[in-house]
Amino acid sequence: MADRKTITIAIMDAPYESARSTTALRLVDLAARRGYNINVFAYEGAVLQPFGAQKPHPNAVHGRDVEEEHHFIPKDAIAALMRAAEQNGGKIDWVNCGLCVDERGAVDAIPGVRRGSPADFWQMAEASDNTLVIATR
Amino acid sequence: MKTLSIIESAYRATLEEQDDTIVWLHGAMKGAGADLAVLLRGNAVNYLVTRQDAGGLAFGDWRQTQPPSIASDLAALAAKGVDICYVAEDLAERGIERNELINGAQPVARSAIAGLIGGFGRVWYW
Repeated sequence: MADRKTITIAIMDAPYESARSTTALRLVDLAARRGYNINVFAYEGAVLQPFGAQKPHPNAVHGRDVEEEHHFIPKDAIAALMRAAEQNGGKIDWVNCGLCVDERGAVDAIPGVRRGSPADFWQMAEASDNTLVIATR
Repeated sequence: MKTLSIIESAYRATLEEQDDTIVWLHGAMKGAGADLAVLLRGNAVNYLVTRQDAGGLAFGDWRQTQPPSIASDLAALAAKGVDICYVAEDLAERGIERNELINGAQPVARSAIAGLIGGFGRVWYW
């Protein structure tokens, strides 16, 4: 597709802290459905979004076991988004800030996530039709 | 494409990171060849004040030896060719005088922000 759009989104929030993270994933979902190429630069706590050690849990307050609870797991959502992008002819290039990963011990990320630096963010922005920064507060 | 970054969020984890992570990010991007300018607004205008001292953090026998020095970091960014601006009214509202700031930072009136933004192909808000 010659006119395939490319967007870059920078995110900063850690999982389970802010609705900004869900908003970012929703935007990625829309772009993936449209067949866009999507670059994500995860900075600071956002490097934990695709952290491989995330696990679902039961919820006694809800009265549900682990299967019934079917808890939202960001890494699974991101993996699903990567599959959706590919199915629609696009791709997701997810870059985790390497120093942010080291500080947080977040080395174990799901397949498809790569380590990078602010230079990657700049290069992705330069190669994109548009860039959105979703900064933390 | 020249990018204007508007930095408003201030002193967020600066003791832990020993810098402001967004100022740091811009130093790294500038090193990679990025064409950048920075507009400080809100509490972030205080980043320009030279007489800040974040030293002294200690826990038990652990001492922080490299506390953040964000004014110096911004001065270094300016020395690399990044234009550093701030919202003039935000400075005045906080009782900060211009002679307290690093050299080279340029005031921008609130009424001039739209015009400033118009000169950039890309604007990021942090």
